[in-house]
Amino acid sequence: MENIYDVVIIGAGPAGLSAGLYSARGKMSTLILEKSKTGGQIATTEEVANYPGSIEHASGPSLVARMVDQCKEFGATIEKDTIKEVKLDEKIKVLVGEKNTYKARSVIVAPGASPRLLDVPGEKEMTGKGVSYCATCDADFFTDFEVFVIGGGDSAVEEAIFLTRFARKVTIVHRRDELKAAKSIQEKAFKNSKIDFMWNTTIQEIKGEGLVEGVVFKNLQTGETQEYMANEEDGTFGIFVFVGYIPQTQIFKGILDMDEAGYFITDDNMKTNIPGVFAAGDCRVKSLRQVVTAVSDGAIASVQAEKYIENNFHE
Amino acid sequence: MIAVDKETFEAEVLNADGYVLVDFWSDGCEPCKALMPDVEELEKQFGNQIKFVKLNTTQARRLAIKEKVLGLPTISIYKDGNKIDEVTKEEATRDNIEAMIKKHV
Repeated sequence: MENIYDVVIIGAGPAGLSAGLYSARGKMSTLILEKSKTGGQIATTEEVANYPGSIEHASGPSLVARMVDQCKEFGATIEKDTIKEVKLDEKIKVLVGEKNTYKARSVIVAPGASPRLLDVPGEKEMTGKGVSYCATCDADFFTDFEVFVIGGGDSAVEEAIFLTRFARKVTIVHRRDELKAAKSIQEKAFKNSKIDFMWNTTIQEIKGEGLVEGVVFKNLQTGETQEYMANEEDGTFGIFVFVGYIPQTQIFKGILDMDEAGYFITDDNMKTNIPGVFAAGDCRVKSLRQVVTAVSDGAIASVQAEKYIENNFHE
Repeated sequence: MIAVDKETFEAEVLNADGYVLVDFWSDGCEPCKALMPDVEELEKQFGNQIKFVKLNTTQARRLAIKEKVLGLPTISIYKDGNKIDEVTKEEATRDNIEAMIKKHV
């Protein structure tokens, strides 16, 4: 007989892993599908200081590793596959992946979000050549080099602080005249002697042959542009971009309700417009996108999935 | 995969005849660690046509920059010591790496 899971979870970030833990612990057959790295965005975060209980060994990867162990401990399976297409309107939901096709009584969608790009000339060509969206991946290349961090939110400022451990100078380039990051994070940045600020400024173009060599800044108040070239001895510098996120919800367009930006619209119980399909984590319309809210979503979605199965599949 | 370092890179890659695939990774790069099993699988498939090596850039920063690698993960193909193709970051997926290999060998 073919295998029909009680719950298939798309995405193994904190939301998906929390849903997996609750589902498996609730004795539901549980499969978690992940297309790339387990942990999602938090897997590349150096320090997770605002997740309750996460004081020692508070790095993103170590937190993720503990979540994965806990999930597996209760019997959830994690597999690597990319879902290409979903058929959710029948009672048994079908998920078509690159490697396999999966069937489930309920589905928890937790695909997360990915970094938004600047969308300027040179950005694509210079990705991996000085332009980065992952400080923990690439910070050590810029030991004793100069680095620009684009953005003014929590991620941008936290990563800027992290980068000061490597770079000789870090400049935060922000389009407004004040930061959006939490006050406690701002204070740390203002106190850090290696961090400078460029206010009311955006990037217009990134230049270089093979490696980033220059960047054109635009002052939004005066309209003036200014070109910055790499220090001759260095030959290059870093541009780390943290200007928000885009939800990974494209394959659900026209199937699950979403807002204009592509975030799923759910109720407080994580229910989507399709019975038996739940959404959890950063992919959802919500006011705070953090590990602590993602794991909460995952737990609620899982408990609701269990109720749904009880009501619809058990006589 | 053969692990190379800044001492052996020249002999194993730059002075090597034929095709060499280099997996640039580092200790802090979680996406690199997630990708590596895929690259190892590809080695099983294409290992007889192309040499697979990996370089931990944590101990070889200058070498990586000299090879114009400033972001991870990066998978490059060298032919007779010259870099001829590369995928990096989001583009560095199993499918894209396989397509890149097939393009050349």
